[in-house]
Amino acid sequence: MGLSPRPEPHVVTHGGEPWMATRLDFLVNWSRANSLWPMPFGTACCAIEFMASAANKYDLARFGMERMSFSARQADVLICAGRVPFKLAPVLRRIWQQMPQPKWCISMGACASSGNGIFDNYAVVQGIDTIIPVDVYVPGCPPRPEGLIYGIMLLQKKIMNERSSDETLRREMEPDPRSQLYIPPEAIDEMSENFGNSVHQKRSTL
Amino acid sequence: MTTPAGFSPVVAGSASTDTAPPQTPKNVPHRGGSANPSGDALRQRFGTAVMRVDVMWGETTVVVENARLFEIVQWLHDDPAQRYDALADVTGVEFRDAELPIEVVWHLRSLPYRRFLRLKVLIEKGQPLVVPSVWSIYKGADWLERECYDMFGIKFEGHPDLRRLLMWEQYKEGFPLRKDFPVRGRFSRSEQLRQALAANPETRYSMNELSIADAYEDLPEDMRRRLNKGEKVGE
Repeated sequence: MGLSPRPEPHVVTHGGEPWMATRLDFLVNWSRANSLWPMPFGTACCAIEFMASAANKYDLARFGMERMSFSARQADVLICAGRVPFKLAPVLRRIWQQMPQPKWCISMGACASSGNGIFDNYAVVQGIDTIIPVDVYVPGCPPRPEGLIYGIMLLQKKIMNERSSDETLRREMEPDPRSQLYIPPEAIDEMSENFGNSVHQKRSTL
Repeated sequence: MTTPAGFSPVVAGSASTDTAPPQTPKNVPHRGGSANPSGDALRQRFGTAVMRVDVMWGETTVVVENARLFEIVQWLHDDPAQRYDALADVTGVEFRDAELPIEVVWHLRSLPYRRFLRLKVLIEKGQPLVVPSVWSIYKGADWLERECYDMFGIKFEGHPDLRRLLMWEQYKEGFPLRKDFPVRGRFSRSEQLRQALAANPETRYSMNELSIADAYEDLPEDMRRRLNKGEKVGE
């Protein structure tokens, strides 16, 4: 890929005041990586470990995950904790489509990553990567909070190495217009109200 | 403490005259032992419609005729000497032995008499899997019978809304708990995923359940027409 190593920010002194010069990518990635708001998609026992990670002993707030974003519209990283039955597959995909870019996904536990073998049956999706793109897989059944935190730190490393010039990173998975999940953008705007800080902000063009 | 008018609480064991201390599980015999008096009462009342009364581990199982099941449950619910006021479970059993009949099982509980009774209907292989619904007696049977239909394909005649409960409603592969159903389903994984993703999770909501239902009258004419045609609103 020919990526240059991440440059250290240079602190220079000019006119008695300290200045810092750095790449814009570094600054953007640094702020993104340290303020990830998770969208918890907990369906099974992994969600219990996820809650333990968020509670005071392991304290995900140390990683900028102070706030669980129960609205997909304000979330940065989807953490799928637990098995996903086929009945839940369209729900998971729609939540992913509702999340604004930039967005990432952590597949927590063996069920979400691969179906876990014991759930190799008629009702369970064999890995959520058949539905949505996944950035980090956390193994374990369920993984301990240390495991999840390690996965989050891996994701932070991945984010720190992103390039804004790399267009493949933000390639959106467009809903297939032939599927029943697809709602035309004008229908979304017609049915929903303006939201956010601007009266021009619309649901369809998040 | 006062109770509101029209409400009479059911006190567990209030109608029971049995003063013997309860047996510990260790002293309950495997077969035989004291039967539930409702078994004999059913025999006297319904005669040949009661095919068998078994007692196993202190629990009474009554095998009854399919045609008279509804009548029997109604009587057990209404008779002042029975008062089975709770339906604990409705389920089905299919055995691996292909010659054994499929069983449909009802678990009834009488709180005032502290009794438990298991009713069974045997449906021979090849016969239509149709049994009467007890929904008009126990409203709690609604989802129990839907689940039983979903997993075994047993049709409950008289159920108001017999749809699938656990699997999605357009599920085409069959009835998962039947012995002839392969554990991974009949279709390929990609086909299963394609069908699952094509399902619209909002189709199960009626207009009344959607948040815009209150504003329906205020919507423009064309939008009302589109919604009436079944178009969904997203979110």
